[in-house]
Amino acid sequence: MTGAELIINGLQKEGVRAVFGYPGGAVLDIFDRLYEARVPFYLTRHEQGAAHAADGYARVSGEVGVCLATSGPGATNLATGLATASMDSIPLVAITGQVATHLIGNDAFQEVDIIGISRSITKHNFLVRDVNELGKVFRSAFYIARSGRPGPVLIDVPKDVQQAKTQLPYPGDVNIPGYKPTIKGHSQQMRKVAGLIAHAQRPVIFAGGGVISSGASDELMQLSEKIQAPVTTSLMGLGAFPEVHPLALKMLGMHGTEYANYAIQEADLLIAIGARFDDRVTGKVDKFAPKAQIIHIDIDPTSIRKNVEVTAPLVGDVRNVLIDLLKEVKPMRHDAWLEQIDDWKSKHPLRYQQNHHISPGQIIEQVANLTKHQAIIATEVGQHQMWTAQLYNFLTPRSFLSSGGLGTMGYGFPAAIGAQVAQPDRTVVLIAGDGSIQMNIQELATVATYQLPLKIIIVNNQSLGMVRQWQAIFYNRRFSNTCLRRRSDCPKECDGDQNGCPKYIPDFCQLAEAYGIPGLRGDKPEQVRPTLEKALTTSGPVLVEFIIDAEENVFPMVPAGAAIDQMIRGMA
Amino acid sequence: MKHIINLEVANTIGVVARVTGMFTARGFNIESISAGRASMEDGSANVTLVVRGDDWVIEQVTKQLNKLIDVIRVSDVTESDFVGRELLLIKINCPPAKRTEVSMITNIFRAKVVDISNRSMTFELTGIDAKITAFIETLRPYGIKEISRSGTIAMVRDSQYKS
Ligand SMILES: Cc1ncc(C[n+]2csc(CCOP(=O)(O)OP(=O)(O)O)c2C)c(N)n1
Repeated sequence: MTGAELIINGLQKEGVRAVFGYPGGAVLDIFDRLYEARVPFYLTRHEQGAAHAADGYARVSGEVGVCLATSGPGATNLATGLATASMDSIPLVAITGQVATHLIGNDAFQEVDIIGISRSITKHNFLVRDVNELGKVFRSAFYIARSGRPGPVLIDVPKDVQQAKTQLPYPGDVNIPGYKPTIKGHSQQMRKVAGLIAHAQRPVIFAGGGVISSGASDELMQLSEKIQAPVTTSLMGLGAFPEVHPLALKMLGMHGTEYANYAIQEADLLIAIGARFDDRVTGKVDKFAPKAQIIHIDIDPTSIRKNVEVTAPLVGDVRNVLIDLLKEVKPMRHDAWLEQIDDWKSKHPLRYQQNHHISPGQIIEQVANLTKHQAIIATEVGQHQMWTAQLYNFLTPRSFLSSGGLGTMGYGFPAAIGAQVAQPDRTVVLIAGDGSIQMNIQELATVATYQLPLKIIIVNNQSLGMVRQWQAIFYNRRFSNTCLRRRSDCPKECDGDQNGCPKYIPDFCQLAEAYGIPGLRGDKPEQVRPTLEKALTTSGPVLVEFIIDAEENVFPMVPAGAAIDQMIRGMA
Repeated sequence: MKHIINLEVANTIGVVARVTGMFTARGFNIESISAGRASMEDGSANVTLVVRGDDWVIEQVTKQLNKLIDVIRVSDVTESDFVGRELLLIKINCPPAKRTEVSMITNIFRAKVVDISNRSMTFELTGIDAKITAFIETLRPYGIKEISRSGTIAMVRDSQYKS
């Protein structure tokens, strides 16, 4: 068997159902094997698209996403995708071609040290110098990617290794001496945690992406109901707990709900599960949850005490730990506390203003109604992302795809493609900003060629809205380079709303049509519902663009560096 | 406080870069690092790190090192009874007329002469880092031409005695 054949063989043995990638000189041998292999391959139009598509595929399916790129520029184009997956703990295996082993280090054509480049943005990486190592490396890569705290693993395979022959078959189990993730929680710690819960009067559960990756949503629900603790989630945790549940506090943090943030600040016990206390969550960290003892359940020991001091850490797989913990805790009631929370909920609900423009809140609510909160929703990064997170009301895990940790504009569109490949029968909706979508707009071709029935919704505010919002609030409305229609002869003080602006730049509907994808547009509130209905009932891909006012901002908002209960409420 | 951390690592290409890369990526500092191949049969290597930091830093450093796939074992020997040693090679200006005087000093430290020329003398010394530093300072007035210092390596004692 050649190295290339072994790679195809490995993909099959690992149960890979889709590979996303782009060919080139250093991976010709692998592509030659793909010609007749039964592993479905998806040709994106940029390697970054391939990496994000593999990521979207992984988030939705829970399987390892796989992408493949050539050496040099192909490999560097994967970098943003690897970093995105790394920050959000998404299992990926990226395979890159490399120049032949005897050329490594010579600045050969299309050579880059991708091992060096990707070291800090992968969970691990491998350079395979000997075809006899390839099987073991491949097996290890998949194991490392999906186990413990998941993450991306890169395998760099020189061209001569792909061509060399080996007698060794694809291995069964591998032993990696330095890698033994802790799965089961420590029983003594478990009792300490149960004791803290038994004494709590104002408990709050803070669930993160770890609940989703370990498949612990049911256990989370059982715990919450058993001890009557309300649940708030990070952006990464959206869908881990149904947001319409009476105990749901929805998202916390910078653009979270007021009641979630108040609950955190008043809680006497915070149970953090599979979350890492990102600064977008905690705000000013020494003012975060000031009255609470903190329990921190996480599979990654480095997450514990990284950002906040905790009373009781519990390292292990979240689902495993919760199953054990459920046996230790007794049912509890916290009527007064829940009453207080309901009071906050009714006094400070999420709301948005409706005027003669289309409001972004209206778009998200209509998408939610028409899809019955059951669609897979991907977003780009910016205001539209936060509006979606606030208003869609996610009910199930693995249905919200967004670049949480890295905040990668350009992530959402290819991720939605990967999601649709993973779940061909579900409705997949991308909610994008007019800025972000242009970062990987070339993937319209991928949607068109594979006829993926994706619904692309562009919330078009003619600007880089989230940056513009900061300029409006903290930089005295000096809108430096955030207007997407700005030309060289525009007056400096223009706030983005002048006569003579090009109407569309680009005309997204025409652009979609150029790829053979129908494009629909709405700019009046009464057009939102019928346009969405039409898009959602069309069988193939559709692009919808809604024009909104650039002055729309995301509220509530915690200014950077403030405590999370110091929220700006906005105009609404 | 200063900590001495011993690592057992897989002897793979780039393993030292993974270790040092973690320090730069996370904003921690390494005071010294020394690495060598430890075992012939299973291809593991040992790395000794000297790291300065408060409890939080050391806890994070230890955990982050453990998280590296190629790091098999992490042990912070600081709290145990351990032998820590550094190796120094030092070349100083030393015309023949000064040899006796210099030798008197270097004898006190039990340094070994490894090279001698018309203008210079080179010594070898092992010891804990305080001893190495004291030796260097004592020789400084003669004019130091070159220094090569290994960084600490360490091993925990099994016995109860101290030397
Ligand atoms: C690759 C990348 N570059 C820059 C940024 C900084 N950034 C964050 S949000 C944003 C604006 C996004 O604009 P758009 O996609 O139109 O969404 P909106 O905020 O208008 O909804 C920018 C530039 C980023 N997150 N990612």
